[in-house]
Amino acid sequence: MEWEAVIGLEIHAQLATKSKIFSGASTAYGAPPNTQACAVDLGLPGVLPVLNREAVRMAVKFGLATNAKINLRSVFARKNYFYPDLPKGYQISQYELPIVYDGWLDIDLEDGRTKRIGITRAHLEEDAGKSLHEDFEDMTGIDLNRAGTPLLEIVSEPDLRSPQEAVAYMKKLHALVRYLGICDGNMQEGSFRCDANVSVRRKGEHRFGTRTEIKNVNSFRFVERALRYEIERQIEVLESGGAVVQETRLYDAARDETRSMRTKEEANDYRYFPDPDLLPLVLDEAFVEEVRRSLPELPDAKRRRFMDEYGLPAYDAGVLTASRELADYYEAVAAACGEPKLAANWVMGEFSAYLNRDGLEVPGAPVPPEALGRLLTRIQDGTISGKIAKEVFEAMWDGEGDPDAIIERRGLKQITDTAAIEAMIREVMAANPKQVEQYRAGKEKLLGFFVGQVMKASKGKANPAEVNRLLKRLLQED
Amino acid sequence: MALGPSDVEKIAHLARLAIDPTDVETYARNLSDILAFVDQLESVDTRDVTPMAHPLDMTQRLREDVVTETDRREHFQAIAPAVDKGLYLVPRVIE
Amino acid sequence: MIEKSVRELSADLHARRVSSEELTRHFLSRIARHDGRLNSFITVCEEQALAAAREADIRLAEGRAGPLTGIPYAHKDIFCTEGIRTSCASRMLDNFIAPYDATVTEKLRQAGAVMLGKTNMDEFAMGSSNETSYYGPVRNPWDTERVPGGSSGGSAAAVAARLTPLATGTDTGGSIRQPAALTGITGIKPTYGRVSRWGMIAFASSLDQGGAMARSAEDAAYLLAAMAGFDPRDSTCADRPVDDYVAHLEDDLGGLRIGLPKEYFTGDLDARVGACIEAAVKVLEGLGVVFRDIHLPHAHLAVPAYYVVAPAECSSNLSRYDGVRFGYRCENPRDLEDLYKRTRGEGFGAEVKRRIMIGTYALSAGYYDAYYLKAQQVRRLIAADFRNAFEEVDLILGPTTPAPAFRLGEKVDDPVTMYLSDVYTIAVNLAGLPGLSAPCGFIDGLPVGMQLIGNYFEEARLLNVAHRYQQETDWHRRRPPGFD
Repeated sequence: MEWEAVIGLEIHAQLATKSKIFSGASTAYGAPPNTQACAVDLGLPGVLPVLNREAVRMAVKFGLATNAKINLRSVFARKNYFYPDLPKGYQISQYELPIVYDGWLDIDLEDGRTKRIGITRAHLEEDAGKSLHEDFEDMTGIDLNRAGTPLLEIVSEPDLRSPQEAVAYMKKLHALVRYLGICDGNMQEGSFRCDANVSVRRKGEHRFGTRTEIKNVNSFRFVERALRYEIERQIEVLESGGAVVQETRLYDAARDETRSMRTKEEANDYRYFPDPDLLPLVLDEAFVEEVRRSLPELPDAKRRRFMDEYGLPAYDAGVLTASRELADYYEAVAAACGEPKLAANWVMGEFSAYLNRDGLEVPGAPVPPEALGRLLTRIQDGTISGKIAKEVFEAMWDGEGDPDAIIERRGLKQITDTAAIEAMIREVMAANPKQVEQYRAGKEKLLGFFVGQVMKASKGKANPAEVNRLLKRLLQED
Repeated sequence: MALGPSDVEKIAHLARLAIDPTDVETYARNLSDILAFVDQLESVDTRDVTPMAHPLDMTQRLREDVVTETDRREHFQAIAPAVDKGLYLVPRVIE
Repeated sequence: MIEKSVRELSADLHARRVSSEELTRHFLSRIARHDGRLNSFITVCEEQALAAAREADIRLAEGRAGPLTGIPYAHKDIFCTEGIRTSCASRMLDNFIAPYDATVTEKLRQAGAVMLGKTNMDEFAMGSSNETSYYGPVRNPWDTERVPGGSSGGSAAAVAARLTPLATGTDTGGSIRQPAALTGITGIKPTYGRVSRWGMIAFASSLDQGGAMARSAEDAAYLLAAMAGFDPRDSTCADRPVDDYVAHLEDDLGGLRIGLPKEYFTGDLDARVGACIEAAVKVLEGLGVVFRDIHLPHAHLAVPAYYVVAPAECSSNLSRYDGVRFGYRCENPRDLEDLYKRTRGEGFGAEVKRRIMIGTYALSAGYYDAYYLKAQQVRRLIAADFRNAFEEVDLILGPTTPAPAFRLGEKVDDPVTMYLSDVYTIAVNLAGLPGLSAPCGFIDGLPVGMQLIGNYFEEARLLNVAHRYQQETDWHRRRPPGFD
């Protein structure tokens, strides 16, 4: 029997505002506990919320970037429940009228096709604080620094059919919010969090099965693993004649399993109603247009442009546009050397490998794009070979400065002088008479051996093309 | 709508209110009286009437995204029932 | 000194005929002498009051004074005052010292007014008799066996007994106007959004509004002028200039059209109260006012709608009282749920718990549409009634309460009967309109109030009409016996 998974994701993206959504307290991460929780965040008696304009702008930005509709009139509601990290006993959120609804995003599938994933809605809400269980015996400590941080909750349609699709969608969203500059995407710090709703049904069935919700899975890898585990679990339950229970489950990464959470409240009855402390949020077209004009080029458009403008293959264009920083870096390198394909190879190759090795982000890379461009120019104009360029790049990465200076200092300039190369070839031939004989007898594979020997003799500085040409001629002679 | 003792207990739990068992009957009677009184609302036809959540026809004002608050933890925690190491303390929460 | 108006007191202060310190001491000593019988104050802050008075005297001496500089006032204990307990008359906040001032507190300080103390009230402003206070009931100075009304009963009693020239109040369903009527003083609840709610502890956010209580409309005009105005910290506060209330007090009333709602003069109204209103109509006619009957067809649904909307909002507003960050916390909680339930069960009084439960129920799954949504729809019908009425008339006049002050304990076990004592005031809050109550007669030694209702932001007009009426009458000058 074939089963099919049905997955919908709820992504909570912390918006990168300076101050909180309803108060003037800072949103900076990592401050000592409760030092960034003001009277409003603490829900002290008599305090009132006032909405942050930038949070609204960011939500609209997201809506425009996902082909969604913007509600020119949206309403804040209270979601009522008791929990120590929720100071007021209610969370201010949007319920019936979210600011963004009915959008979509295309994801790339492994087989090269693209799939459109619906975005049901995205609404503004406030984050809760944090409960810390480690420090005290029998007590839990509450830090409300995070309380009131603006969140955009992005709810997808149940359009995803596998853990891989879910991860592709999540990655796409992650890249997008960072492109837009509305979320730093830092998953360790909880800036980008995911809840997954998942159910299974028999292939061909149209109705949805009973779903479970997996809470707070905070890495791409864990989302994939948690979903894979949960799908298997549900299939097993169903195949053994059982029924899936609608519940919230927690993913335990250490054991690689999901397990039922002790239910927070028997049946959740959140008693949503419009927040009487806030008025309807009414936007005019001019506001939306102003936000639209501020939109950067989006990943999909950029990728198409990279293919058209630079002649890059789809794969390369996809990799290079995965983040705005990498795309910008690439474009600067390409502009500096005038060789988009070579630039692509280097940015995707050496550059990305070094970033990975050192755990750095693009903005923290020690080699500025202009310098990498100059290095690639030196390959182009024959000053150095590609191989030598790698050595120069390593030196640049280690802070030795400009490529030309490094080439000069280390004497890495390529030997293009025909006479000098010929002399080296003759030496190599003289030292390897046996191989010369074999070559001449028809074992032409040995050309590689000779090239290697000559390059070695030249300490890699001989122009490889020249070496090849001359070797063929000299081996043929005599 | 008349409420019985079990309704009162359910509502009190949702509202996190401890109610003395000897008071439950009284609450049930009081709340039922109030609801019976409120049920007059059913007498009026409100089809197509937009609910009115706010008395004035105003819209939400927006604040500039500026940090205006400074750390006042000491002040705020001076009035807190239980704090340690800058954290508010509650009985252990099991997740 | 105790019978002087704010204008007269201010003139004396400016002319240095009396100092603010003398004035403040005088009222503090009256509080010390008389409040034992009334229980109108929860906290008297003598030290801070005298310090503020001395500061006011400096301002007066330096010519930096306004009309309220050096004038004492009493502050309802629902407005946060930094460094001074703000209890909301609840055990829950018995130990709560706000780390900030309410906007109203701040504005009155800037005006140089001198806060004598914090007045008693119904717990979290939920009540119409001042019997739900954790600090015990307030008594009516006209008959200490009777209630002063609520929830601003302490403010009303204190003004009526001349323990303070001025007092602040808040009004969610009549909490300024009803006690003003029952104690023979003048109280104005302005348009929703006219006075900032920042630091004013919320009961029902879409209905709560701060306002002024005083012996006369003129005095109330001075106080309201200092309280009103835009506040960026309150999203629901109106960003529009404040009219000059004092400047309009003497405006001519010739040709002013006032409507008398048919629905307010029915069998539910004590006929003797009706007679007082009729007499007031005659006085106003003499000033050129033209009266006509009007209809407010949904008036009878105001109280039921209110007892859904207000409890719904209160059930959510009061969730923050959980014993975690401030206020009362039960002893030795077993676990989190025990902490919540006992803290709230022990910290709140019976009426507050009733309203939280009604509101919780009205918002809960399956009942939201039938109760909350329905009530908000009826609310719109009620507001529309007023809008239609204001097409025909400039103001509306009627009784403030169906009867004079009732006895302590008389209605305390019967919530619905208690709620009906606000039958004429509640609709005004649902619509967000300004309303004023002014004394217009006595029945068996107990004051009777008349209510004026204006269109949005017509506070100046209300104060003007009440002031002109008070120039023709002396009900507002009568002092309860035994408070010399």
